[in-house]
Amino acid sequence: MTDAFSLDGYDVPFTGGQTILQAALAARRYIPHLCYHPAFRPHGSCKVCTVKVNGRTVASCTTPARAGDEVESESPEIRDLRRNLVQFLFVEGNHFCPSCEQSGQCMLQAVAYDLGVTRLHYTQMFPDRPIDASHPEVLLDFNRCILCELCVRASAEVDGKSVFALSGRGIRKHLIVNAESGRLADTNLAVTDAAVSVCPVGVILRKRRGFAAPIGQRRYDPKPIRAMDEPADGEEG
Amino acid sequence: MSLDLGAILAKHGNDPTRLLQILRDVHAADGLARPETITAIARALQLPRARVEGVAGFYSFLGTEPRGRFRVLFSDNIVDRLQGSVELRQRLLDAFQVGLGEVSRDGLVSIDVTSCTGLCDQGPAMLVNGRAIPRLTPARIGAISALIRGRSPVEEWPENMFRIDEHVLRRDLLLGTPFAPGEALSAAIDRGAARTIDELKRAGLRGRGGAGFSTATKWQACRDAPGPQRFVVCNADEGEPGTFKDRQLLAEHADLVFEGMTVAAHAVGAQRGFLYLRAEYPFLLPHLEAALEARRRAGLLGGEIRGVRGFAFDIEIHVGAGAYVCGEESALIESLEGKRGIPRNRPPYPVTHGYLQKPTVVNNVETLAAAALIARHGADWWRQRGTTQSSGTKLLSVSGDVARPGVYEYPLGVTVQQVLDDSGAGDVGAVQVGGPSGVLLSRHELGRRIAFEDVPSAGAFMVFDASRDVLEIVDDFAHFFAHESCGFCTPCRVGTTLMAQMTARLVAGKGTRRDVKDLSRVAGAMKSASHCGLGATAGNPVLDALEKFRPSFDRRVASREVLPTFDLDEALAPAREVTAREDAGAHFPEES
Repeated sequence: MTDAFSLDGYDVPFTGGQTILQAALAARRYIPHLCYHPAFRPHGSCKVCTVKVNGRTVASCTTPARAGDEVESESPEIRDLRRNLVQFLFVEGNHFCPSCEQSGQCMLQAVAYDLGVTRLHYTQMFPDRPIDASHPEVLLDFNRCILCELCVRASAEVDGKSVFALSGRGIRKHLIVNAESGRLADTNLAVTDAAVSVCPVGVILRKRRGFAAPIGQRRYDPKPIRAMDEPADGEEG
Repeated sequence: MSLDLGAILAKHGNDPTRLLQILRDVHAADGLARPETITAIARALQLPRARVEGVAGFYSFLGTEPRGRFRVLFSDNIVDRLQGSVELRQRLLDAFQVGLGEVSRDGLVSIDVTSCTGLCDQGPAMLVNGRAIPRLTPARIGAISALIRGRSPVEEWPENMFRIDEHVLRRDLLLGTPFAPGEALSAAIDRGAARTIDELKRAGLRGRGGAGFSTATKWQACRDAPGPQRFVVCNADEGEPGTFKDRQLLAEHADLVFEGMTVAAHAVGAQRGFLYLRAEYPFLLPHLEAALEARRRAGLLGGEIRGVRGFAFDIEIHVGAGAYVCGEESALIESLEGKRGIPRNRPPYPVTHGYLQKPTVVNNVETLAAAALIARHGADWWRQRGTTQSSGTKLLSVSGDVARPGVYEYPLGVTVQQVLDDSGAGDVGAVQVGGPSGVLLSRHELGRRIAFEDVPSAGAFMVFDASRDVLEIVDDFAHFFAHESCGFCTPCRVGTTLMAQMTARLVAGKGTRRDVKDLSRVAGAMKSASHCGLGATAGNPVLDALEKFRPSFDRRVASREVLPTFDLDEALAPAREVTAREDAGAHFPEES
């Protein structure tokens, strides 16, 4: 007999060591998430995957699955909480979807659509985040950073380079690069690095190939994120 | 100032876990961490450079920006404000013609604010180049500006300026029982490790840092965790605004605290201990180091303690660098390892995977002091005070609108009214118990009891008389949390800032009913989804105040549902400049 928990009334089987989110995705039960990526250890920072387990709210990406648990994910209360968190992310940065070349390919936008986020609700913070165009092949547009740390993790764990890290604290927390000058050009980043393709939003961009996918063929055009087979990893499909 | 980085690195053995201490020393010598210094540190410690920069950028007292030769930080807790800190700050800003957060043009001085420095019983207070100065007055501010102007090194300023007084106004079991170093340890050794933990369990000792977790359960779990290496950590990162009882304990009962750590080490089988001291208390450091040295000489630390074979334990002091979140035990451990103070994902818990992923007990200063006395005098002795669920006594740091601020020790279960009577509170409007993350009580709740089963308290007890505006108090707390959020998780990082923006708008009379509604929405999201206790409790003052002090909000709400978030007329300013117009037609009409 396999162990299972209940997700919104559906039985979800799991194997030892799986978290709620991992088991749910394996069973093709979508739980919205941003900082989680199957290739990396769960991070637990965006909190968009929050669910209610036996009455307690927890991040499903970091909470171990337990047999018999009652997990609530698609309830109005939890969806509203997620909507709130996604609105937090939108007002914190500078996200202008209509002019963003990642529009249609962006996980933040896709999750916002999934949750029915149609307005920002809060006053935008309009932070001043200059772009870094120093690197010959890669552009960094920090305006769109949601601080998921996927590039930090990919660069350290896959590329073995630690090109990215975080500095600052609280609302002033921000992405930095591994160079005394603070410029990407002075790091050893290569355009083929895993860190370049892992960004779920539009921070890390390849130069000279903007708007490559026409409308209608962008990643999230054919079907919504919850119907996709694999969690996207930033690489154009 | 001169920086000998080689000497600093050598002193810390090029050890990456000492990164925070290395950066502290760099700052003491050079005032900031320069880009080339960060590169050199990274090379020596064999860390990615960005990681070192990230640590320097995390802590308030570190940083990569130049600051004044004299760095003045005014403690900005609400109690300091009630004591007149804002006016005093303005006086100093005027004296040097510098804005808040700026460096004077000659680089001589920078003036800014910092979170509560733990001197509410003798405020308003400030830090100058890390040294604490209490009891600020206009005269004292005058003297300080003269010393700065004369470029007199802070080490040469009059000693009495830095004098910190300890006011203990009520003593009970913890502060009133005579104690001779070694006696608790001897009792614990005689009883044996397992039975010492049993004794703590019978005593019902619960953590004094706020969460109230059973101390015996924690020690037992650490003792049972596999592996040869274990650690005991004393959490002296007393950062909750309005709390200063650990300061008093460390100043006057350091031996008792260290003995508690040693008893814990014996019980769980630990070899190394750390005392994580908050950066705001550097004045305690020489005294604590001396106490440790005396204990080593007396055979109470080191190898074969009390002649017990195989019982070796020593304690080192680790100083923080300005981060409230490091009071959270897993963030504290990260900080001890020389990293950014980000709370870890749990499970696993520190009792099995703590410092360097080894089993670790983290206890509050007061918990360890109590544990030592329980080891010496037994569970029944402790149980003679308190309630069934909340045994023993509790130290309260009483401050604000009271005649006699200071540390009071009460049996748990004491009523709020009793504390108010003893400390000489007048016409009470509100009491904040446990600090901003605790509970805000109205004047109708003064019969409630300080106990885990009613109003728990990590030690703060701030009293506000009826003339104080609760909205301003809440606004101060909201800014505190926004400043101290580590930024790891979305709800706390963004929510604390949104909350502070909304309370600031309300205080300025520019808030709307929508802001009042949104405060609950934001606080609710933070409570449900935050990664750690900081975010989960940061909305408490707002939620309590909305429930209990609603008129304070409604009074300040602008009459309209929506207000523009920017000033239309101000937006025209560049156009006026370009067209050289200042006539009425170039302005929007004044809003009525």
